[in-house]
Amino acid sequence: MAKYIIKRVAYMFISLFLIASFTFVLMKLLPGSPLASAEKLSVEQREVIYEKYGLNDPIPVQYVRYMGNLAKGDFGVSFQFKKADVTTLIVSKLKYSMILGAQALVFGTIVGIVLGMIAALKQNTIWDYGSTVIAILGVSIPSFVFAVMLQYVFAVHWEFFDVGLWNSWKSSVLPSIALAMGPIAIAARFIRTEMIEVLSSDYIMLAKAKGASWLEIAFKHAFRNALIPLITVLGPVAAGLLTGSLVVEQIFAIPGIGEQFVKSINSNDFAVIMGTTMFFSVFLIVIILIVDILYGIIDPRIRLSGGGK
Amino acid sequence: MEKIIEVKDLELSFHTFAGEVKAIRGVNFEVFKGETLAIVGESGSGKSVTTKAIMRLLPESSTEFKNGQILFDGKDLLKTSDKDMQKVRGKEISMIFQDPMTSLNPTMPIGKQIMEPLLKHQKLSKEEARRKSIELLSLVGMPQPEQRMKQYPHQFSGGQRQRIVIAVALACNPKLLIADEPTTALDVTIQAQILELMKDLQKKIETSIIFITHDLGVVANVADRVAVMYGGQIVEFGTVDEIFYNPQHPYTWGLLSSMPSLDTTEEKLYAIPGSPPDLLDPPKGDAFALRSEYAMKIDMEEKPPLFKVSDTHYAATWLLHPDAPKVDPPAAIVERMKKFPGSRYYEGSAGGGR
Ligand SMILES: Nc1ncnc2c1ncn2[C@@H]1O[C@H](COP(=O)(O)OP(=O)(O)O)[C@@H](O)[C@H]1O
Ligand SMILES: [Mg+2]
Repeated sequence: MAKYIIKRVAYMFISLFLIASFTFVLMKLLPGSPLASAEKLSVEQREVIYEKYGLNDPIPVQYVRYMGNLAKGDFGVSFQFKKADVTTLIVSKLKYSMILGAQALVFGTIVGIVLGMIAALKQNTIWDYGSTVIAILGVSIPSFVFAVMLQYVFAVHWEFFDVGLWNSWKSSVLPSIALAMGPIAIAARFIRTEMIEVLSSDYIMLAKAKGASWLEIAFKHAFRNALIPLITVLGPVAAGLLTGSLVVEQIFAIPGIGEQFVKSINSNDFAVIMGTTMFFSVFLIVIILIVDILYGIIDPRIRLSGGGK
Repeated sequence: MEKIIEVKDLELSFHTFAGEVKAIRGVNFEVFKGETLAIVGESGSGKSVTTKAIMRLLPESSTEFKNGQILFDGKDLLKTSDKDMQKVRGKEISMIFQDPMTSLNPTMPIGKQIMEPLLKHQKLSKEEARRKSIELLSLVGMPQPEQRMKQYPHQFSGGQRQRIVIAVALACNPKLLIADEPTTALDVTIQAQILELMKDLQKKIETSIIFITHDLGVVANVADRVAVMYGGQIVEFGTVDEIFYNPQHPYTWGLLSSMPSLDTTEEKLYAIPGSPPDLLDPPKGDAFALRSEYAMKIDMEEKPPLFKVSDTHYAATWLLHPDAPKVDPPAAIVERMKKFPGSRYYEGSAGGGR
């Protein structure tokens, strides 16, 4: 197991190096400069700033310098917010996005699992159809549409919540629900398919033949086996939450990392874009690693063979 | 002899998109205390459906019981509530399935899977159940049972897994054990080992067994009586000797002829021509008539009743009707019959039969 994790971590660093290089090149290829919008600056002033940040050096020199700093954990400084350190900036925004993402993931998966279980156990009843409809809506409607709808119904119409303000935990409820629709749909669909498949397997027949009750069959025997494949999609689901939160944070005016990212792109804020991309990448790779480890814990067949390979 | 279970006039259908599959069309048999009844027949003849009907394991939504009773312990299992069935399954009647690779839960340690019926039906404490499970594992010939309790199914070979399934089935000393092709999915050498184990266990415990197989070769080893099944009906039943040495139904002749055996000199193995009947629209008369070279006109029109051959031996073929022409079975079958006292070809020391 330890060997396996070490190997995975090594791969993680290689991936991060490639992602950093690729994003760096992309950024340099894109037209526009971080100071383009700052029209008040004279040509001389601009030159001074360029010189100071090393933007006049040849690109390979900039690349080596950037990667060197990155290795030391230094993401550089933001152009947009004067002298703000990118790491501090990301960390300060992170709190909001993490709360949203984690809530959406946990809430979404749990609700999805419950819906999927109901659908599978009450197959071809009104429960099943209802849960299927929710699943289809959840995957086909993007989270920002839910965000607008929820905001309109619960914040504007009924005024249960504030519109676009971050005051307390309460402000995170609507955006989390909007973000959770995707995970709900995916988890529900997955669990339903898997449960139906598992319930028709031989070992369920044997469990019945042993005299197990309906509840024992559903929860002691079928559930765990149906859960395994769901874990494999949690990684991509988390990735979906990241991109979803970019827009949802805008709609609810949440000062999170997504909102920050959009702002930085609009203003060509190189260091912040790079930093956020790197942060997202680390986040995703770590999630996928955790998912793989979880997979091994739930599925005993992986646990042993995973150590060797 | 005491009857353990009696299946009477069982008739059931599956409702499918293609129509009504008349899978079981009037089946009667009983199993006595301590005996092994083998049910043989080609794949699709209704063997598994019959036994799943006993256990009430057929899909409720598509199965229609049209007629019959399954009498066990003085009650009709077809009329027993789901809740009461749970007390029968695994306790009074238990089952071993065909494929040991898929019949154990992959995410549950095997010890737990053996303990489950003990905890449920016998209300043992965890520790007692654990000890009993270790005993069961050594009973079925598992080495180092104590260490292996915590392992998962994928850590065992196919033969070992079938031993575990057998241990699960025997956990609560069932009155009836149903083994549905328990060796079919295994290698030949492992097959022999599992059969040996089952014969061994049969001597040690008093359980009655229904042993299902499509391989008559296996039957001679384990069974006391044999029921031959074809197209959802039992076409012949008798003691092992009666079925092997005095078979009466052309289908039984076909099965015996297609059995690889040491005393056949023919190079090519015989196969019954044609395919099993379409149960969506079963034939009117003898379901085997279309594949049989012995078919008569009446076979196409009227279903043959069970004719009595001896007190223990019955066969459903018009050939046994007093007015039927006397036909000779295939030569290899006649050879067998010559060894059976009471058959019309008997050539024993008494000076031969008719
Ligand atoms: N759940 C089901 N739905 C529809 N048809 C079924 C079902 N189970 C079995 N059958 C049909 O019933 C017949 C008998 O099957 P089975 O008892 O499994 O045969 P076998 O003798 O090989 O065990 C076959 O024609 C099969 O296709
Ligand atoms: Mg079968």
